[in-house]
Amino acid sequence: MRELHTKLKSLFPVGDLTEQRSDLGFVTVPQEHLRAVLVHLRDREGFTHLVLLTAVDWLEAGQFQLTYLLSNRSAGKDLGVRVMLARDGATMQSIHDVWPTAATYQRELREMFGIDFPGSPRLHEEFILEGWNDIPPYRRDFDTLKYAQENYSERPGRVTHDPAAHMKQKLNSGGN
Amino acid sequence: MTQNAPFFTPDRSQYPAKKADGTLDIDIASGKYLKLWQGPNHPGITGNMSVELTVCGDEVVEGKTHVGYLHRGFEKLMERRTFIQCFPIVCRICVPEPDFNEYCYAAAVEELAGIKSPERADWIRALILEMGRINSYMMYLGGQAGALGLGVIGQWTTYARDLMLDRFEELTGARIYHMFIMPGGVRDGLPEGFDKRMEETLREIESTLKDVYDVMFCNAVFKKRTVGVGYIDPALVDSYGITGPNARAAGVAKDVRKDQPYLIYSQLDFETVLGHDSDIFTRADVRRRDVLVSVDLVRQILAKMPRTGPLMATVPNVLHWKIPRGETYIRGECSRGEYGYYLVTDGSGYPRRVNVRGPSYTHAMSLLERMIVNLNISDVASLMVSLHTYPPEIER
Repeated sequence: MRELHTKLKSLFPVGDLTEQRSDLGFVTVPQEHLRAVLVHLRDREGFTHLVLLTAVDWLEAGQFQLTYLLSNRSAGKDLGVRVMLARDGATMQSIHDVWPTAATYQRELREMFGIDFPGSPRLHEEFILEGWNDIPPYRRDFDTLKYAQENYSERPGRVTHDPAAHMKQKLNSGGN
Repeated sequence: MTQNAPFFTPDRSQYPAKKADGTLDIDIASGKYLKLWQGPNHPGITGNMSVELTVCGDEVVEGKTHVGYLHRGFEKLMERRTFIQCFPIVCRICVPEPDFNEYCYAAAVEELAGIKSPERADWIRALILEMGRINSYMMYLGGQAGALGLGVIGQWTTYARDLMLDRFEELTGARIYHMFIMPGGVRDGLPEGFDKRMEETLREIESTLKDVYDVMFCNAVFKKRTVGVGYIDPALVDSYGITGPNARAAGVAKDVRKDQPYLIYSQLDFETVLGHDSDIFTRADVRRRDVLVSVDLVRQILAKMPRTGPLMATVPNVLHWKIPRGETYIRGECSRGEYGYYLVTDGSGYPRRVNVRGPSYTHAMSLLERMIVNLNISDVASLMVSLHTYPPEIER
């Protein structure tokens, strides 16, 4: 994994390697170099399988982290390529021509996180949500509880316990 | 890449040209085309998803997969729950084979929290996963036969699956959602007499499979309608993220159990089942033979597993469990392909992000939409089932 990182570093301005396991590492890549890095990894380094593409919302830092997880089956290694995007007006280049399956991931990311991927096929078609007009629901600032309280009514007779208090009471009543 | 191998590229000569934006120029009002919805109420045994078909005569011109009928927002729910509160949620993501969610989630939490599950727990985890795989395949075989009108196969395989559910019940206390593989280990050891009853179940499954082979795989109708239909070009395997039996039927030996052995798979002796025709028949046959491999693996696990030792590692107080910042990806080979959990933690008591990588995400969306073109309407259900898709893992 380190060898690969050194090689990548000599070619692209990639960040430090986070070695999670001997067979799994993560590197951060500047947004504009992502495509070149992915194509290099796919064509030269054997990372031919796009395992997943997803986003992490770092609300406090005002950033989205996109993770492109690639796998090299013959070497048994996985590399997560991270890209940090500004949260406001997040836009990223599409990689649907590198891996056709990326189009689905990008469609989902646009719907769930509001990240735009110009040029990605059927990007604006609804994927999971129908007639959604709130902020993208997987963003951290979307409050699920508030949404549920506003849109759904309480089922009568339902009791909700505070987990900490409930467990404490349950353990204490057992004679401790 | 030979992505556009000549006999896979759809022949669109008799269909409308593409518009500048790449979409098909279809005028429904012309009366030449018809929109047909396959689903969303269980089109085959795939679960609630639907394929919006545009047909010309009885030939499919375009197919679009629509999901969202089962969306419960699991990934978002988990961001608002403590690590242990997520544990009973994850199994709900996949009904017929829930254990992979439990395993992948537990292993991801353990890795980021620096916990090592005891060896005995690892053996029991592998046992559960193989039992789940047998169940999932049994359900598939019934569904695949049912899509072609062979209803009786489904009754037989459901019977065999039910026997395995009995074993699940005595081991975990539950039939469908087991909630057995916890972060830290497993909830319990094997009950007394479990091995003997399991052996009886395995024999029954083997005998059912023999019948299934005779009645389904030697059936003229089944052969005629599946051999050569629904071909997946092996060159597409990487570009379309195809894993599991769909890839193995194309001759690509993709099996996480062999490629990156997890749990105790490196101590077990088994061969990856391969096919080479890559059609519906081969995929069904690969899965049938895979059940036999799993039956053998269950026997091996029961013979080799340690019977004493701890079942749970020491886990911090789950009400105050904080996991340092980090990210990881854990994968396993489920009956449909690579199943994985990408977990990101931020040092708090809640996950920052959980992303579930279900094999159906690629199989039922981009791959199915590509394969469905030029197919006869009557083969659509059979093709969908042959990709072995479970929609909850697409929409999570």
